[in-house]
Amino acid sequence: MTAETLVQFLYLVSTALFILSLRWMSDPETARKGVFSGVAAMLLAVAGTLAGVAATGGTHYWWILGAFALGSAIGYPLALVPLTAVPQRTALSHAFGGLAAGLVGTAKYFLYYGQGNVAALSPFIVTALVAEILLGFLTFTGSLLAAGKLQEVAWIPQRPVTYPLQNLINLSLFILALGLGVALVLNPLAPWGPLAFGLIILLSLAFGVLLIIPIGGADMPTVISILNAYAGLSAVAMGFVLNNKLLITAGALDGSSGLILSIIMCKAMNRSFTNVLFGAFGQAQQKAAGGEEKVYKSDTIESAAQVMEQANLVVIVPGYGMAVAQAQHKVRELYDLLKKRGITVKFAIHPVAGRMPGHMNVLLAEAEIPYDDLVEMDAINGDMPQADVALIIGANDVVNPAARTDKTSPIYGMPIIDADKAKTVYAIKRSKNPGFAGIDNELYFLDKTFMLFGDAKAVVGELARKLAGEGGMH
Amino acid sequence: MIERTDTTALAGHGAQGPTPNPAGGGHGQLDVMGALFVFMLATFIGVMVIQRVSRLLHTPLMSLTNAISAIAVVGAIIVSAGKEAPTLITALGLVAIVCSTTNIVSGFFITDRMLKMFKKREVGGGVK
Repeated sequence: MTAETLVQFLYLVSTALFILSLRWMSDPETARKGVFSGVAAMLLAVAGTLAGVAATGGTHYWWILGAFALGSAIGYPLALVPLTAVPQRTALSHAFGGLAAGLVGTAKYFLYYGQGNVAALSPFIVTALVAEILLGFLTFTGSLLAAGKLQEVAWIPQRPVTYPLQNLINLSLFILALGLGVALVLNPLAPWGPLAFGLIILLSLAFGVLLIIPIGGADMPTVISILNAYAGLSAVAMGFVLNNKLLITAGALDGSSGLILSIIMCKAMNRSFTNVLFGAFGQAQQKAAGGEEKVYKSDTIESAAQVMEQANLVVIVPGYGMAVAQAQHKVRELYDLLKKRGITVKFAIHPVAGRMPGHMNVLLAEAEIPYDDLVEMDAINGDMPQADVALIIGANDVVNPAARTDKTSPIYGMPIIDADKAKTVYAIKRSKNPGFAGIDNELYFLDKTFMLFGDAKAVVGELARKLAGEGGMH
Repeated sequence: MIERTDTTALAGHGAQGPTPNPAGGGHGQLDVMGALFVFMLATFIGVMVIQRVSRLLHTPLMSLTNAISAIAVVGAIIVSAGKEAPTLITALGLVAIVCSTTNIVSGFFITDRMLKMFKKREVGGGVK
């Protein structure tokens, strides 16, 4: 068996293991097997590559080993972040992935260019190279900015930043980059080649920033998914450049995952890709201000506890506010106390609740709430009229009935959790300000709704204390 | 037909100077249509497999695919190990290895950490 056959065989097994790895993610029972299979696939891929490199007289092994060590030293602490920081960690990983692809593409171009290698710089390869660096570098800066926004880094604006002619400027930059790309495909060895290549890199870096800067927190789940897809596609492009089928397959798996998650997120907001990326959500809200003053009814925690005690079915609707307040463990206490009284407790999970797909599920799982009680929006909505209490913890837009009724609302048409159909609604809210989107939430002004103002963790903790205290007296 | 085979062969022999790297794929010969077929099939498999992933697990799914897309490490190793490459190009490759390894290590570890937390309700655990 030649070295080459061995390498290809290892890649083949690795590809199969990657597919199985994702296949096993279909069920929480088998999901951990998926991780082991993924690790095995990656080890085989690296081993195969090193074997292939060795067979053709590679060099710099110590340096490569050092790079592995350094990467592991950076990566391991990143795996230990608190789960509320998972969205920014994910965005940061996309940035690393994009950077790696961009750098490899850059290295390959300059290598071939330096060699004057006409054959290697075929139109197909140069096209793939341009796609690789375009996607790689725009994912790099875009994801860094997204991570910064999610981490609430002080000098990065949280609110969507919009300016006149935004889309026109973005579009012209993109067309300019594409034009340079086409020129490069036609004349890869032109004396101005490296200059054009460098310009494409700069434009991609700028494009990543411009693409993310008008996007606000509520759109983050979609944006993170799209960046995920880009990172995967840049790996595919690298696979085309290197004619490596393993890279193409694994990149395509990642790309399709990002694509599907983006579609799910967009559907859950009733918006299109282009609307998320170019719609600048922030613009629609000006009209919301200046409406007539409406009055909230607030209630004491004691009476809320009493109402919950009498309930048969309590549905808890968590949102980003729960994550910010790190309230999930207190929520678990409340859940246990209600369960102990024979009350059915379910969690209604909206697909875009939080800052990334599945964010709420992970936080509640961390608090050891059994996943059988985490119910998807479509599955719980039928039961909402039977719910005695809907307890809303830091969620806002995902329970706003305006999405159903108000055609002028920016969130009109978005599927929501029908919290307003429950018999009584309690909403925990940090302040009286409107939610992220700056839209008034009609739910809060219904007759059956009572507000509990305060930090989610404190309020839920207090609720749990009241329930526990009264249990002791009986 | 014949013409096309000729150009592909040419592209393959283009790597005359530097020895074709087996890890680079194939016979050092660029098979454009083959690569596109693989891409198309892998995308379909990906879409079908991912559609079946439980919504509960979308966050771990994303960190897992993060780690998987760090397969870019393969390309980074090939670039870094090249003998004829100028130092600057080797350096770019090495930085890419650091980035990818970061994603591999943190991606797989955090996925497993999250998945360990997903527990089913215990049978007979006081809950009817």
